[in-house]
Amino acid sequence: MQKFTQLNGLVAPLDRANVDTDLIIPKQFLKSIKRTGFGPNLFDELRYLDEGFPGQDATNRPLNKDFVLNQPRYKNSEVLLSRANFGCGSSREHAPWALVDYGFRAIIAPSFADIFFNNAPKNGLLLIQLDEATVERLFKEVEATEGYKLLVDLPAQTVTTPSGEVLSFEMDPFRKHCLIEGLDDIGLTLKDAADIKAYEEARAKVTPWIFA
Amino acid sequence: MAQTLYDKLWDAHLVKQRDDGTALIYIDRHLLHEVTSPQAFEGLRLAGRKPWRLSANLATPDHNVPTTVKERAQGVSGIEDEISRIQVQTLDDNCEAFGITEFKINDIRQGIVHVVGPEQGATLPGMTLVCGDSHTATHGAFAALAHGVGTSEVEHVLATQCLIQRKMKNLLIQVDGKLQKGVTAKDIVLAVIGEIGTAGGTGYAMEFAGSAISELSMEGRMTICNMAIEAGARVGLVACDQTTLDYVEGRPFAPKGKEWEQAVTWWKTLHSDADAKFDKVVKLDAAKIEPQVSWGTSPEMVGSVNSLVPDPAKAADENQRKSWESALNYMGLQANQAITDIKLDRVFIGSCTNSRIEDLRAAAEVAKGRKVASTLMQALVVPGSGLVKKQAEEEGLDKIFIEAGFEWREPGCSMCLAMNADKLGQGEHCASTSNRNFEGRQGYGGRTHLVSPAMAAAAAIAGHFVDVREWS
Repeated sequence: MQKFTQLNGLVAPLDRANVDTDLIIPKQFLKSIKRTGFGPNLFDELRYLDEGFPGQDATNRPLNKDFVLNQPRYKNSEVLLSRANFGCGSSREHAPWALVDYGFRAIIAPSFADIFFNNAPKNGLLLIQLDEATVERLFKEVEATEGYKLLVDLPAQTVTTPSGEVLSFEMDPFRKHCLIEGLDDIGLTLKDAADIKAYEEARAKVTPWIFA
Repeated sequence: MAQTLYDKLWDAHLVKQRDDGTALIYIDRHLLHEVTSPQAFEGLRLAGRKPWRLSANLATPDHNVPTTVKERAQGVSGIEDEISRIQVQTLDDNCEAFGITEFKINDIRQGIVHVVGPEQGATLPGMTLVCGDSHTATHGAFAALAHGVGTSEVEHVLATQCLIQRKMKNLLIQVDGKLQKGVTAKDIVLAVIGEIGTAGGTGYAMEFAGSAISELSMEGRMTICNMAIEAGARVGLVACDQTTLDYVEGRPFAPKGKEWEQAVTWWKTLHSDADAKFDKVVKLDAAKIEPQVSWGTSPEMVGSVNSLVPDPAKAADENQRKSWESALNYMGLQANQAITDIKLDRVFIGSCTNSRIEDLRAAAEVAKGRKVASTLMQALVVPGSGLVKKQAEEEGLDKIFIEAGFEWREPGCSMCLAMNADKLGQGEHCASTSNRNFEGRQGYGGRTHLVSPAMAAAAAIAGHFVDVREWS
């Protein structure tokens, strides 16, 4: 997993509430058995004017010029700014895979759906929750200023705007640690293998049918 | 101290509480399907790891499988879409290589993973159960702690039999009173989502209780828990009672003999204590719930069949106004248009929400002796599993559907998410018993309206939405 410490990234504003995972990566692309290559199909139905298919070369597809990521000023953006309940819907980890594959490293929104909230950091994607009023203000600033960048500092848990304003965000200490170190959850859990075995032994007496 | 059902399930599965506030939670049952597992198996292989406890795992392909007899005849090799075929084949190969029990494509036990688990007794009260699919909340109907996970967590459960979790808050949805005839579990849960919104349950385990819930069959309870995720809650729950025990007893994976007695003693304690404290309580009067139809592109955009499409000018705030406008634009609907005036192109009866025997019976009761409207392009009935299909055929439901003009298909997820050939065309309106009406969900440019099986069948006959209460 890619480590996350600091990032000074161009911000793209996706002004929409309840961005669902079907919208982030439509189902036809979930047929892949790989973790990579989803970037060209991120937000496929918003980004292109035609229907997309897996395995197709996306370079010559007609673009929806109105869609934010197709506007030249947001090219190579690394921070996505969006609205409440981002990532709702299915548990597909293809959603964070597509966001990361496209080049996003962080998402800022007032709230995130639970499963997406769990999936994203496991792929080095930082989710930053800021209150509605702050997000509203950031939307105005991003739209008003071409080349608007935010400095994200994970160890300090801050986002700094171009004017120097410092915004703090909350972060689960475990997730923070894993993101900064690029740690694999499984390796960490296996350090507790003896505890898991002890649990199983004790539990097998109480609920033997589970361990049949 | 008084505990909620969720608290009890959590405590029973706590392996270790860590200092950083996270907890290691043991997972009793892991269900797998072809879409969210290949990258997890690949991860295991790359790290040289093996499944921690093989017998915890049960797999079946469902999302991609074709549903026509013709395409199913040759098994995996007959799947026409090459990428789908590779994915289903990959599940077979992985299950074989790691020794995981799988109900393959034409096994009579194959079907939608959330129909198969309960049907086999692989879902049991008191379990923790996960699957790489958000509708895993379904299994909470059995007083099991069940939720969807991403692929990284699929791999984590395979490798360690545990998940790293933080405890959720407790939310109680109390539904008392008697449902009107023709109003079903699906209408209850759509009404709940309409009430609290798609993020209303975020961060909570959502328990459904009250007389209207206790009176539901297991099928009805599964429909309700299934859609907890559409209200933002990863976990839906219903207490264990005699209805639960009657359903579970005798199923292939259920405990037998002495172990059954031992299990029942524990399972009978799987309910929230009378004085348990919930962080939030929402109450609904079952008698006031009318048949529901979704009109927008989020499950919270839902209302009574007798209501009008809302007017964005009357939205509560600017964000809602924008969402409603965008939804009406996508759905091709006008503000203040009667829901009953929405003309339909296709009808889909199926999905992990509504493809069980009781759902098919409810739809068949409406369809019996009637004909699908000539204006409809297609009306599909897709049973949730091979065993549901067999049962329906033994009851003659297939004949009722076929005579009425419905297509009777092989089991799978089908048009709920259109990963196989069953999909909507651009601009087509579909009355669907599935769970999500997101843009493009049932096909590129397709327009989904979520309803109950009885409402879907009535809509298929009329060609537009009708209040099924007037038909019963």
